[in-house]
Amino acid sequence: MTGHMRVGFHAPDTVEELAYLVAEAADTRTPLEVMGRGTKREVGRLVQHGAVLSTENLVGVPIYEPSELVVVAMAGTPLAQIEQLLAENEQELPFEPVDLGPVLGFGPGQATVGGMIAANLSGSRRILSGAARDHVLGVQAVNGRGDTIRSGGRVMKNVTGYDLARGLAGSWGTLAVMTEIALKVLPAQREVRTVLCFGLADLNGVEALCLALGTPFEVSGTVHLHAGLAERFSDQEIANAGASVTAIRVENFPASARYRSSRLKQMLQAYAPALELDTLRSRIFWNEVRGLAMFEKSGRPLWRISTLPSTAPKLVASLARKIDVRVLYDWSGGLIWLETPPISDAGAVEIRRTLAEFGGHATLIRAESQARAGIDVFQPLDPPLMALTAALKQAFDPVGILNPGRMYAGI
Amino acid sequence: MSQLSMPSPDLAILQRRADILRQLKKLAPGATLITDQEGRRTFETDALTAYRCLPMAVVLPESTEEVSAILRFCHENHIKVVPRGAGTSLAGGALPLEDAIVLCLTRMSKVLSLDLVNRVARVEAGITNSAITEAGAGGGFFYAPDPSSQIACTVGGNVATNSGGAHCLKYGVTTNNVLGVRMVLMNGEIVDIGGPSLDAPGYDFLALIVGSEGQLGVVTEVTVRLIKAAEGARPMLLGFDSNETAGACVAAIIAAGIIPVALEFMDRPAIHVCEHFVSAGYPLDVEALLIVEVQGSEDEIDTLLEKIAEIAADFHPLVMRRSQSAEESAKIWKGRKAAFGAIGQLSDYYCMDGVIPLSKLPKALDEIGWICRRYRFDVANIFHAGDGNLHPLILYNANDPLQLERVELCGAEILKLCIELGGCLTGEHGVGIEKRELMRLQYTDADLEQQMRVKAAFDPDWLLNPGKVFPLEARGAQ
Repeated sequence: MTGHMRVGFHAPDTVEELAYLVAEAADTRTPLEVMGRGTKREVGRLVQHGAVLSTENLVGVPIYEPSELVVVAMAGTPLAQIEQLLAENEQELPFEPVDLGPVLGFGPGQATVGGMIAANLSGSRRILSGAARDHVLGVQAVNGRGDTIRSGGRVMKNVTGYDLARGLAGSWGTLAVMTEIALKVLPAQREVRTVLCFGLADLNGVEALCLALGTPFEVSGTVHLHAGLAERFSDQEIANAGASVTAIRVENFPASARYRSSRLKQMLQAYAPALELDTLRSRIFWNEVRGLAMFEKSGRPLWRISTLPSTAPKLVASLARKIDVRVLYDWSGGLIWLETPPISDAGAVEIRRTLAEFGGHATLIRAESQARAGIDVFQPLDPPLMALTAALKQAFDPVGILNPGRMYAGI
Repeated sequence: MSQLSMPSPDLAILQRRADILRQLKKLAPGATLITDQEGRRTFETDALTAYRCLPMAVVLPESTEEVSAILRFCHENHIKVVPRGAGTSLAGGALPLEDAIVLCLTRMSKVLSLDLVNRVARVEAGITNSAITEAGAGGGFFYAPDPSSQIACTVGGNVATNSGGAHCLKYGVTTNNVLGVRMVLMNGEIVDIGGPSLDAPGYDFLALIVGSEGQLGVVTEVTVRLIKAAEGARPMLLGFDSNETAGACVAAIIAAGIIPVALEFMDRPAIHVCEHFVSAGYPLDVEALLIVEVQGSEDEIDTLLEKIAEIAADFHPLVMRRSQSAEESAKIWKGRKAAFGAIGQLSDYYCMDGVIPLSKLPKALDEIGWICRRYRFDVANIFHAGDGNLHPLILYNANDPLQLERVELCGAEILKLCIELGGCLTGEHGVGIEKRELMRLQYTDADLEQQMRVKAAFDPDWLLNPGKVFPLEARGAQ
C-alpha cells in the first residue's frame, strides 16, 4: 500500500521502533491512524489524525507448529500468505474470516492478520467453530503509552491472568497496536457438501437453517440470500435459478460428509432440497460468500447486523417496508449483511429504529465518507456500557492517541 | 505453613462489624445473612483447603437487585467483597478475607429462558454446570464445558475461572461458549454485556470478564450457547509402555488431522488408583493410558476409531481396546472423572494445572518425574493431553507444615518448567492465591500493570476479590 505513503506515514520494521513511535506520539499528543495495510481504513467514524502508523512491515511467521495446531504471525502479515502456508500443511483458519477487501475496493487476501483480529472478522463457519476472537491464543501489542505488552501465549488453554489478548479482538486499533498474534488452527476439511433449496421465503429459509443447526451433523455453513443477490453467484445453476437460495454446508472426512448431507436432505424434505454441490463447487460457493462477492460491484451502503436467527426475517421484513434492501443471512439468520440504496444516511435511522424494536446491533461497513460523518457507524451503547468503554480506553490509551473517535466519539 | 499471605485486614472495618451486618440485613431483606461462627465456617475455604479464613459475614442474595444493593453499600463503606459460587476453586480463588463479605450466589440457580430454536439458554449464575445440560437435554442439547466438578460447580464460577473440561478439545472452554452476562459492578451499577446473539457490539468485555476470577464484577446471569449432542460417542483405550510413547501418539493423532472430542492421559499411578476406586476396566500392566473419544453415527465412529488404531499401531500399544457398549463407555469416563477424588482418598494432593506445547509432552513428563523425585514426593499424572494441559497431582501430607511448604516449592518448579517449555502457569484452574506470586515467571511488569489497569477500570478501589491473581506487592494489588 505504498501508494498511500505520504508525509506522516510510519511503517516501522521492528516492534521496538513501533513502540518508540507510539511513545513519542503519546508525549506529543499526536493522534495516530493505526492500521495494517489499510484495506479497512474506510470502516468507522472519520478519524482526525496527525500521522499514520502501519504494521505492514511487521511481516513473518515466527512459529508454525502444525502438530500443535498453532501459528504465530507478525501482525502485518497478509492473510493470503498465512492461509497459503496453512493450506500447504492441510490446515486452515477454522473461523473462515470474512474478507472485506473486495467490497471495500481491494483485492482478496490483502488484509493483514492484525486487521482481521482487530475487526474480529468471522465467516460462515463461526456457527460451528467459533469466532476469530475464539482462536486468539496470545498477542504482543503496544499500548497507548508505548509499552510493549504480552497476554496469553501459544498454547491451547491459558487462564493465567486476564485475557487481554482476546479482549483486543474487535477493538479496531483503539486500545493497542497488535504486533504479533498467536492463533489456533485446525486441519482443513477434506470433503464439503452443500445442500441447496430454492425459492424459500425468508421466514422459511431461516427456519430451515435453524432446523439444520439443530441436527447433530455439525453443520458448518447456513446462508439464505434474496434472489437479486443469488443471481450474482458464479455457479450458473444457482445464478440462473431466478429464486432465493438457502444453502447448508457439512464438512468432514468423505464418508462422513456424504452421510451427513444425505441425512440432512431427508430431514429437510419439507423445504424441497433441490441441489447438492460437491466439494469443488461448494468451495467456490462458500468462497464467494466469504468475500461477499454479491455485494462487490454495487458500491451501495453495506451493513452488518447481528441479531437472533428467529428474529431476523421479521426484522428484515419490517425494514423492507421502509427501504429497498438486499439481504444475505448468514449464521442461520444471526448475521445479516444488508445493502441499502445510496440514501444520505445509508438507512441508519430506519435500521437503528428497527433494531430497537427487534433487538440486535448494526455496523456500517461501507458508505461514502459524507454518510459516515453524520451517523453512528458502530452501534451506540447503553450509558453504563459506554462508561465502561471509556474507562477501558483510558486503561490502555490514557492520552487517546490510538484511532481516537473511530468507534465512538471521544473514545 | 506456607509463605502465601493475604492483605492485612482493615481494623476500622472489623470494629464496625456489628453495624455493617445490621445494615446489610436491611439492604437485602430477601438474602440470607450468615454471621455466626459455625455458619461462616462452611465458607472459610474452597477446594484449596490448605488455606482458610473466616469472613466477616456471608450473604446469599436472591436477585441481581440485592447484589446491586449490597455492592453499592460495600463500595460506599470501603468493604471488600469476595464473590463465590460452590467453592470448588482449586487455586484459592474463593478464599475469604477476614475483613470481607463473602457473596455466595448459589441461591440464584434458576433457568431463566431456554430457546432451542436459537440454541441459547439464559441462567442465573448460581446454577450448577450440569443443571444447564439437564435443562437442554430434553431437546437433545447440552452445554459444552464439562469440568470434573460439574455436578457441584456453578456457571458463575466457571465464568470466573474460564473453566474447561475433558471435552473442550473439540467444543472450547467457557469463554467460547458464553454469549452474554448480566453483571453488577462494585459500585452497584448493573450492566448487560453481550446477549443471545453470536457477537456483541463494542469492545469484547466478555473476553475480559471470563477468567477474571471475580475481580471485575459480580456476574448474576449468564447467556450460554447450547450445542446439539452428537448421534453417539465412544471411547477407546490405548495403553503404552512409557509416557513418552503415549505422548508421541497424541501428537501423531492430532497431526493426522483428527480432532477427537476428548483425548485424556493417565500415568501408571493414576491408572491403578482409579481402577481400584471404580473398577473402570483400565489395564494395569501399562505405564500410560490414553482415553480417546470420538463422536458421530455408528459408522462414523467405527471409521474414526479405525483410523486412530492405525496411527496408534506405529507406537506399538500394549493395549488397544474399543468400548463395546454404552455401559463400558460410562465406566471408562467414570474412572477418569473420579480420578481426583480417588487419589484424594489415598492422600492429600497438590494439583498443578500448567500447560505446555504438545510437542514437549514427553520431555515435560520426564522432567516432572525428576522434580518430584528430588522433592521426595510421589506424583500421579491425569490430564487433557490433546491440548497440553497437564495435571500432575503431587501426593503429600497436608498436616505436616514442612511438607506443605516443600510441595509448594515443588509445584512452583513444575510450573517454571512449563513456562520454559513455552507454556503457561494455568490452563483452567485459575491463578487465585496459589499461583499469584508466580505470575512474574510469565509476565513482565508492563504486562501485569496493563492487567491491573483493566482491573482498576472496573473496580478503581480494588475492593472485589483482592489479594488474588496479582503478586501481593504489585502496585495496586492491595
